[in-house]
Amino acid sequence: MSAFNAIGEEREIDREEFTPGIEPQPTWCPGCGDFGVLKALKQALPEVGRTPEETLLCTGIGCSGKLNSYLDSYGFHTIHGRSLPVARAAKLANPGLEVIAAGGDGDGYGIGGNHFMHTARENHDMTYIVFNNEIFGLTKGQTSPTSPKGHKSKTQPSGSAKDPIRPLSLSLTSGASYIARTAAVNPNQAKEILKEAMEHDGFAHVDFLTQCPTWNKDAKQYVPYIDVQESEDYDFDINDRGEAQDMMYEAENVLKDGTVLTGRFYVDDERPSYQEEKQSLGEMPEEPLAERYFDDDYEWERSYDLLDRHK
Amino acid sequence: MADNELIWRIAGGSGDGIDSTSQNFAKALMRSGLNVFTHRHYPSRIRGGHTYVEIRASDEVVDSRGDGYNFLLALGDSFARNPKEDAYYGNEEVKPLSENLDDLREGGIIIYDSGLLDASEIPDFEERAEENNWHVFDLDLRSMAREHGREVMRNTAGVGVTAALLEMDLDEIENLMENAMPEKILEPNLTILHEAYDMMVEDYEFEHDLRIPTGEHDEEQVLISGSNGVAYGALDEGCRFIAGYPMTPWTDVFTIMSQHLPKFGGISEQVEDEIAAAALALGASHAGVKAMSGSSGGGFALMSEPLGLAEMSETPIVLVEAMRAGPSTGLPTKPEQGDLEHILYSSQGDSCRVVFAPGTPQEAYEQTRKAFEMAYNYQIPAIVVIDQKLSGENQNVPASAFDRDPNPSLGPTLTEEQLEDAPHDPTGKFQRFSHDDPNDDGVRPRSLPGQKGGRFLVTGNEHNESGHIEEDPDNRITQMDLRMKKLESIREDLDSDPETSSQTYFGPDEADYGIVTWGSSQGAVREAVERLNDQGHSVKAIGVSDLMPFAETEVTEFLESVDEALVVEMNATAQFRGLTQRELGQFGEKLTSLLKYDGNPFEPAEVVEGFEIQIAGNEEAPTANTRLEPAVSD
Repeated sequence: MSAFNAIGEEREIDREEFTPGIEPQPTWCPGCGDFGVLKALKQALPEVGRTPEETLLCTGIGCSGKLNSYLDSYGFHTIHGRSLPVARAAKLANPGLEVIAAGGDGDGYGIGGNHFMHTARENHDMTYIVFNNEIFGLTKGQTSPTSPKGHKSKTQPSGSAKDPIRPLSLSLTSGASYIARTAAVNPNQAKEILKEAMEHDGFAHVDFLTQCPTWNKDAKQYVPYIDVQESEDYDFDINDRGEAQDMMYEAENVLKDGTVLTGRFYVDDERPSYQEEKQSLGEMPEEPLAERYFDDDYEWERSYDLLDRHK
Repeated sequence: MADNELIWRIAGGSGDGIDSTSQNFAKALMRSGLNVFTHRHYPSRIRGGHTYVEIRASDEVVDSRGDGYNFLLALGDSFARNPKEDAYYGNEEVKPLSENLDDLREGGIIIYDSGLLDASEIPDFEERAEENNWHVFDLDLRSMAREHGREVMRNTAGVGVTAALLEMDLDEIENLMENAMPEKILEPNLTILHEAYDMMVEDYEFEHDLRIPTGEHDEEQVLISGSNGVAYGALDEGCRFIAGYPMTPWTDVFTIMSQHLPKFGGISEQVEDEIAAAALALGASHAGVKAMSGSSGGGFALMSEPLGLAEMSETPIVLVEAMRAGPSTGLPTKPEQGDLEHILYSSQGDSCRVVFAPGTPQEAYEQTRKAFEMAYNYQIPAIVVIDQKLSGENQNVPASAFDRDPNPSLGPTLTEEQLEDAPHDPTGKFQRFSHDDPNDDGVRPRSLPGQKGGRFLVTGNEHNESGHIEEDPDNRITQMDLRMKKLESIREDLDSDPETSSQTYFGPDEADYGIVTWGSSQGAVREAVERLNDQGHSVKAIGVSDLMPFAETEVTEFLESVDEALVVEMNATAQFRGLTQRELGQFGEKLTSLLKYDGNPFEPAEVVEGFEIQIAGNEEAPTANTRLEPAVSD
């Protein structure tokens, strides 16, 4: 008998299942874009068919890190920038889980930038949502890696001398196989994109533009947005790496001027996930490793069998 | 000093096959019934540079290097021939000979490869050889190797010559070569082996009296390093996930695990940095797999964050800290016991972790098993502390020590049926961090992601019963006390059966003086205690392994029973003595430290000498390489 009966359970899932009761109430400010992520995620998960109990949401630190407090699934609120390594190991240990990682732009592109690059490179089968509001929120308004050049804050009083990170381009270069950008102000697109990201078999990176009404009043609130798939002005093949790269570059450039391009930028359905690669090399079991500990009939190999070489 | 022992040192350049040759030779000695211990000395570079491996073989127990050695095989460093006189590394050609003379005992044997080494370049070589009554053989091993195979096979020629000089049978050596070498290189090697042996027997007369000791084992032995011990202990405890980043000397454990885990159905991940490595171990453990990670000092520093998260989130993991000399990158290939305080207290907040420091390869196996048991039973991070010495040195251990049942238990976890009756909050979340303490040991059973009825949140922030962030003072105190209570419970658990104590005792039960040590310094101390008692002193010793929770009862009893004690450790600031005084709150006036931090492990004679000076009340440094730090009251 499986120890994880919630995994793969097929039934209608009510949207409310992901909604906790009265406690805890989100501590996000009124008008915060983070509400939009939560809402989209709550809508997308039931449509993907995943139950709360087979879902593991790993977050970092910051306003975004509190996401799993308000989503009724399994949750691991890790440490600043470290949601990805925790999440990807959980997925390797038990591939049946729906594993989602989330963090902010400081968390994901700053302190956790190294993990982002490598998780994308390995193409782990998981979804990574980065709440991008171009500011450090919970530490009260410092310049972040996505803040525009010249952005003034208490820690950069003369304005930032740095160009902002290009999250989409970085993601593509690093190897992510699904890359999209959406915005909290666009709930329908956000839900659809998160749904696709979760269904995608590989590393799906969603740069989620979330307005910060408290610390980033100067910044554009990401409206009006343009959906690159809907608009007739943009015609590119999302499966073509080169075209996707040009489109991303443009989207990152024009965001500085207040033109918000959203949508899917790159999808590679061909590339095997990391798990598949590991399994094809014989470096990962076909059956979920976590199940083994509950299999009374499993014969555990012993180090004694390795001693010949030491005799 | 054992009366009848061979300490054979093979010296040459890194990359010249010194390791593999010595490994085979050590096994041959073990198979002939001797106890063996190997010590590895190598520089922090890939090829060339002075390196040696020492094999100590005796019919008595040996678990440390000896005092000096009595047989040098100097092979010549094939990477040392530097065309530029003033190059950075200078002219190192004669180093395999010149660098090894200081420690060679009187009456010892020197074989040097005259094909690569020119003794006349060492100004006082002949005088020293005469003064010390060394038996010197200059043999052109290089030409012999070239004639029948390749230059690198001069190792084999050296072994053949050694066997002839010691009147040793070649059978075991041949068997081992047959197992280790592919056909193509086996044939020339066997030819070289016999050629060298015969040449020695036929062309030379021996005047030395060093012969191979004879011994016998009661049961089958294996030649194992501390890294093997750690890795095999982990495998037998059901560890099936490892994540790491290479760093000397931790890499040994990581490599062994990576080679075996896939065959055992497990997963090994080499990742981007040590923060990720420990975080991956956390993620795998959270999802229900026994997991480990580890590093050496600098890499372990990066792990402080996930280590703290493991403490707060009560996620079991095992970390290995293979120490090398610091601070910073220090001496990358040299041992030190300088990371103790780093291991005990790194990461923010009050430390809530288990720390074991095994002293031998067999203890490394046993205490790694114990570390997993404590980590998973008590949902706490456990750290196994080894060092460059223990990780790389090989020693014979009875094979039966590894013949134990696997233990794949994940510790207190609930089944889905049990979760139905477990406490849940009004939103349906499982109260994994319930204030109730079912077994009065601080441990609340956990659920695993994917289980029905087990949803909870885990966080590095202080949290309430369901895992939500909570700053209420009463909850804080309750949660904090429950976490800290686990340490008390572990202490009781470890103390419950004196038979399975991790502390190791040497010498008579009753003695006037004590020696206290920890980790890998234990081997040298054990031998020093034997010698001191033989010389008429009344000395006993304790090797302490339980560092957190500290072996309070055992160390207290030990120190109460002696008048004075010498604390032996490889660092400059007496870290273990500090821990002992802090944990026990007494004994400061009884404890003198013998410290060594020159990059080399203690030799037994240094401990003997330090001890004698302490008794004599002389505060002078015992040797140039060790230091005495007098007792101070608490």
